[in-house]
Amino acid sequence: MTGNFSIHYEYPVYDAVVPDAVTKGTVEEQPIVIVGAGPVGLAAAHDLAQHGIPSVVLDDDNTVSTGSRAICWAKRTLEIFDRLGVAAPMMDKGITWQKGRVFARDKEIYEFDLLPEPDHQFPAFINLQQYYVEQALVDAAIEDELIELRWQNKVVGVETRDDGALVTVETPDGAYRVDARYVIACDGARSPVRKMLGLDFVGRVFEDRFLIADVHMKADFPTERWFWFLPPFHQGPSTLLHKQADDIWRIDFQLGPDVDPDEEAKPENVIPRLKAMLGEDKEFDLDWVSVYRFQARRLEKFIHGPVIFAGDSAHQVSPFGARGGNSGIQDTDNLIWKLAYVLNGKAPASLIDTYDDERVFAAIENLKITSRTTDFMSAKGAVQTAFRDAALTLAERHPFARRFVNAGRLSTPTWLAESPLNTPDEDAFAAGIPPGAVVQDAPIRTASGEGWLLNHVGGRFVVIHAAEGQAPPVPDGIEIITIGGDIEDSSGRVAERYDMQPGTTYLVRPDEHVAARWRSFDPRKIAAARSRALAES
Amino acid sequence: MPKLTTELNVEAPDDIYEMIMRMHDGLDESQSRLVNARLILLLVNQVGDRGIIEAAVAEARAGIA
Repeated sequence: MTGNFSIHYEYPVYDAVVPDAVTKGTVEEQPIVIVGAGPVGLAAAHDLAQHGIPSVVLDDDNTVSTGSRAICWAKRTLEIFDRLGVAAPMMDKGITWQKGRVFARDKEIYEFDLLPEPDHQFPAFINLQQYYVEQALVDAAIEDELIELRWQNKVVGVETRDDGALVTVETPDGAYRVDARYVIACDGARSPVRKMLGLDFVGRVFEDRFLIADVHMKADFPTERWFWFLPPFHQGPSTLLHKQADDIWRIDFQLGPDVDPDEEAKPENVIPRLKAMLGEDKEFDLDWVSVYRFQARRLEKFIHGPVIFAGDSAHQVSPFGARGGNSGIQDTDNLIWKLAYVLNGKAPASLIDTYDDERVFAAIENLKITSRTTDFMSAKGAVQTAFRDAALTLAERHPFARRFVNAGRLSTPTWLAESPLNTPDEDAFAAGIPPGAVVQDAPIRTASGEGWLLNHVGGRFVVIHAAEGQAPPVPDGIEIITIGGDIEDSSGRVAERYDMQPGTTYLVRPDEHVAARWRSFDPRKIAAARSRALAES
Repeated sequence: MPKLTTELNVEAPDDIYEMIMRMHDGLDESQSRLVNARLILLLVNQVGDRGIIEAAVAEARAGIA
């Protein structure tokens, strides 16, 4: 039931790669070495390639993610994957959803809709097993000459200096060394690189154990997230049901603290739990089982000289909220343009330091939010239990109480409100997108037809300007798109979502966060804000 | 007569919930009961309106034994 086994997915097997440096005994030189070919490491490699920077991705395994693991991919992640040119196969295979229901005992207490507004290219979420996400990223990487994937390349040593790191790598045919200007450690929650550097990874361990059962069945449940508190079919505090591709359903039983994980993972113990939930006569197969206990912890800093941590190696959160994989992709989205601008000589090295400012801030937010969910779900003692039950029982009749019920606050992009790269508002905005927040998509029309606004930003600095007479000249190194000029706001959503008036001007970073905005177009202010967003001033 | 508000009427409910949980940190059960009661009395006084308080009392009790 565990290991590289699935009834419905054939794991690809990639050949081990043995670089020339093994036989020659030379030290290889690379600008960027990425450790870990998971979603975060592979997204980093694709993003670097978009900036023309080659990278080597080292992975100690020879296939994709074992088990479905991360299954919920948020709208923001899909927008990033789209910018990287890899979203299409994921959208084809993934299950689109945006609604959820919350039950307490045998009653539905409320339902929610994560994307109530229309006119977005991507849905609130798709559900897709992590192995499919990785496979799409690998398939595209194989076609990209700037990305070199090295399977069965295990990092066993990292020596850092001010201007690089010497990485020792073992392959099936021997070891070699590679000298990298930067190492991006995307090697997961148990990060070997983190251990090699002797870094503390501190926080809370939650006592409750959870049982994940991926079940293959034909079921007519809708594609919604169903969450039960005190489920009538299970002795524990909660159960989650969620659909994945290939008629696989993720069922997550909260078991409580005092259980034997090895016993609980045995099919003879899992199957009775499933039958109690699904009915004695329901036909299903078990595809994957995992018993886990989660942690909420992070590195104090994500940058350690030439070694930069991203994703679970830098921060680990509870899974309810889909804030693990999705925040990891936001990490690379934040990091890679900064690395690329520095490596390409377009920004000072201090720009990279702002990855630490911005993504530690995001990790603190994600840890706070997921820890609250965990505290609600695993209410301990008389007081916490009483408040949980108060919220659950009031929620049936009183809408306000539903907002206190916490079955996961699903991943949304972090508003980097305190970033040193932001230029604070000096003009009046009643709404729109403030500095540090991620821009919003909207349908648009251009000379070439219907499209989406986000396809015109990202990867470089772009000014979005609402037309006011003549198109103004823009500072060097910045492109401009003019709403009401080359781009038509065909649905009115740009005006609505950006609080646009004639003259309104946004400066958008390569990672699609707002750097600055004004009510009028001033090339000197734009140049100054860009300079600030590049950590030049 | 004003009605009991059952739509959300506070900002950032997760922050408020957390604040209440933290209020109980380090307390034993009887201390927690006392603190909860004190909190109710403080809020009752803040609400002021007898009709609202009566309606809230009825809703709090509804369906419980």
